[in-house]
Amino acid sequence: MADLTSDFLGIRSPNPFWLASAPPTDKAYNVNRAFEAGWGGAVWKTLGEDPPIVNVNGPRYSALHSNDRRVIGFNNIELITDRPLQTNLDEIRQIKRDWPDRALVVSVMLPMNEETWAKYVPMIEDTGADALELNFGCPHGMSERGMGAAVGQVPEYIQMATEWCKKVARIPVIVKLTPNVTHIVPPAKAAMDGGADAVSLINTVNSIMRVNYDTLTMYPATDGMGTHGGYCGEAVKPIALNMVAEISRNADTANIPISGIGGITDWRDAVDFLALGADNVQVCTAAMVYGFKIIDDLTDGLSTFLDDKGMRSVTELVGRAVPSVTDWQHLNLNYVEKAVINQDLCIKCGRCHIVCEDTSHQAITHTVNGSRHFEVIDAECVGCNLCVSVCPVESCITMRPVTDGIDARTGEPIKNEKLSWTAHPNNPMRKDG
Amino acid sequence: MATPQSNANIRSGRLDKADIERNFSDLHPPLSRSEALIEADRCYFCYDAPCTTACPTGIDIPAFIQKIRSDNIRGSARTILTENIMGGMCARVCPTEVLCEEACVRNTHEDKPVEIGRLQRYATDPIFDDNTQLFERAEPSGKTVAVVGGGPAGLSCAHRLAMLGHDAVVYSRDSKLGGLNEYGIAAYKTVDDFAQREIDWILSIGGIDIRDNVALGADFTLADLCEQYDAVFLGIGLGSVNELGIDNEDLPGVENAIDYIAELRQTDDKSTLPVGERVVVIGGGMTAIDIAVQSKRLGAAHVDIVYRRGPEQMGASAFEQQLAQTSGVTIHHWAQPRRLRGDRAVTAIELEKTTLDADGRLVGSDETFVLDADVVFKAIGQKLADEQLGDELQALQLQGGKIVVDESQATSLDGVWAGGDCVVGGDDLTVSAVQHGKVAAHAIDRRLRS
Repeated sequence: MADLTSDFLGIRSPNPFWLASAPPTDKAYNVNRAFEAGWGGAVWKTLGEDPPIVNVNGPRYSALHSNDRRVIGFNNIELITDRPLQTNLDEIRQIKRDWPDRALVVSVMLPMNEETWAKYVPMIEDTGADALELNFGCPHGMSERGMGAAVGQVPEYIQMATEWCKKVARIPVIVKLTPNVTHIVPPAKAAMDGGADAVSLINTVNSIMRVNYDTLTMYPATDGMGTHGGYCGEAVKPIALNMVAEISRNADTANIPISGIGGITDWRDAVDFLALGADNVQVCTAAMVYGFKIIDDLTDGLSTFLDDKGMRSVTELVGRAVPSVTDWQHLNLNYVEKAVINQDLCIKCGRCHIVCEDTSHQAITHTVNGSRHFEVIDAECVGCNLCVSVCPVESCITMRPVTDGIDARTGEPIKNEKLSWTAHPNNPMRKDG
Repeated sequence: MATPQSNANIRSGRLDKADIERNFSDLHPPLSRSEALIEADRCYFCYDAPCTTACPTGIDIPAFIQKIRSDNIRGSARTILTENIMGGMCARVCPTEVLCEEACVRNTHEDKPVEIGRLQRYATDPIFDDNTQLFERAEPSGKTVAVVGGGPAGLSCAHRLAMLGHDAVVYSRDSKLGGLNEYGIAAYKTVDDFAQREIDWILSIGGIDIRDNVALGADFTLADLCEQYDAVFLGIGLGSVNELGIDNEDLPGVENAIDYIAELRQTDDKSTLPVGERVVVIGGGMTAIDIAVQSKRLGAAHVDIVYRRGPEQMGASAFEQQLAQTSGVTIHHWAQPRRLRGDRAVTAIELEKTTLDADGRLVGSDETFVLDADVVFKAIGQKLADEQLGDELQALQLQGGKIVVDESQATSLDGVWAGGDCVVGGDDLTVSAVQHGKVAAHAIDRRLRS
């Protein structure tokens, strides 16, 4: 069995799965249950100044469902902890004492002045917590008060607050980033410049779930009015993966440790994050949808996967896919693939045909010799992968590299040498050679 | 029934009322909303969908299922009922396993098609429950069409004519409309008086007059109709039953399956129906299954179906055959009646094994066996009721005892269209009859407007 133990910033945990700062980590009762279930660590729900904030007493959550009510996306307008600071500090101290082998990180959100940071950071450290996570990510509510995403959207603020924190902190400092920015590298760089030991991402995405079709008002609503929330769950994973990969492959930020967050529901999602450069992962929505027991599939699945790959530890997986991520301009434009439909697997639903016919390249038949038959017309196929994406039968349609001969679509010979846009003759800005 | 008293083994009250009610409850209960949404999600929304091709009325099945998914139930019902005005009944009685669901591409890898029939019922039930009118009549044309027969073909034709702006007068032999929907079809397939609720909804479009308890030949003639109306549609079904052609066929206890089913359908308290201890059914179609299963569910101790060929040749689908077998009915293949035994009433039936000769023709053999029987039901098909119709159909070209029609359902007599079981190509399915009526209505409309 592969070794799942994790060392993130010197913080050891039995596995790389931490519960993210969120409702599941709001109090000792929940965190105890999580650790009993086997979670490697927890980031305590964000602490703030006393007096505590006040939450709405109506709906805080809503979901994007599939027809069988599976939760695909999840939205929340809950704020940071609404319990007194001392209550949280006491419970954190007790939990760390009871669970010394688990990672216990404390999320914190404070106003933008140095004195506040100097006051509260030592109080939190005194609990024995392993690290701090600075919440510069929450996009709702707290951002209206100049905290959360309001800080995370301005790199200068990130750097400033991180510096204030690092001045007094003796334990590692993780900066949690908001995805509600046009480019994730500058905020990550600002965190590094402020002295952060790591970044974690993503926090939630600005979102409105839908309207109420009866009243034609926003849904969900608090006494008739709604406000945007933060979106998370499976639906946001691709957004998170891109941001993690951007930080991993950018020379300025490549060396900062990353705690990956965003829609991790099963072990394969964790593989995505780790391979794209995350050193560990955090989970919230999946636990809120299924309960803490999902940790069993996460750890068992990851362990089995590592065994299958002949990897002895999680570290061997981290960053493995990063070298395969590049800019569009560096993709090989001489490379050709064509779709192939396996007729033994084809159920003749015709979805590939109609989407190609209506919306793409008219490259799939529907009738051959008078019979219902779907096959790719190489002379039209641009290799777009749309048919593969919509086919309901796994592996029925695959992409086949064309490595020699003539491309039936262009009539041009297949060239083995690579040609990217940077050197393409059609590019007026091309670099010769 | 004819003289059941002649045999003490034929009696009512074999099961108590509660058991009978349970036995005659919905064969395919309606889907709940969550079941329907999950089932709708299984539809792949095929291009040029095979299920639609397989539907005799050409319902755009992926479209109506997509509308269930998006919670547009009224739109879904409109999609169904636009092509098949009896989409509610067909959702209950269609042998979907040999029509739309057999064509479902899901069968390729998982042998479990989308439950199209039950989804169709989910989409249409609220329309009848709430009596929601979905269709409007076109501007009145001033034309009136005579529709002979109040079954699926006639009512489908009348409704479509009404939609197209014409008036229709429906001549019904029976006191209730619906034809086999009302008087045939197993009771557990159409519970809660659905046939009449559906007809009430169909008639609510307006422009359809009903003349009941009048029969072609006895009360009016085809020539009269051709004279009085702008066009005529014949949807007269098959009024009489094929004979076994063996001795003693008139013995008490030898019954027409369709007559007993009609009585059963019209009886509220089914525990009052007389039922034999031992019941033998001759035939291999849907009617044979319906009478056998219903006899069993009424409390008959032994029910046997005898069919002269094998399971593949049975008119009843594999699902129907299994339904009979799981209901406790024994099916004997490759056997045919030779003689009915009994003095004052039938007591047994003597059967001979059959086989195919070198030319593939069915032949009897000397090998015989006997089944004791208090009742023998004949379910070997029906034919036009020529003794009642008399010379009425002389003017029409017939073939094999059925009316010849073209692709627009026009008969050989100008101005007369026909559809349903009475025409060549009629296949004993409500859904086909509905399609005939619809096609004929459009053909009549084209004629009346030309």
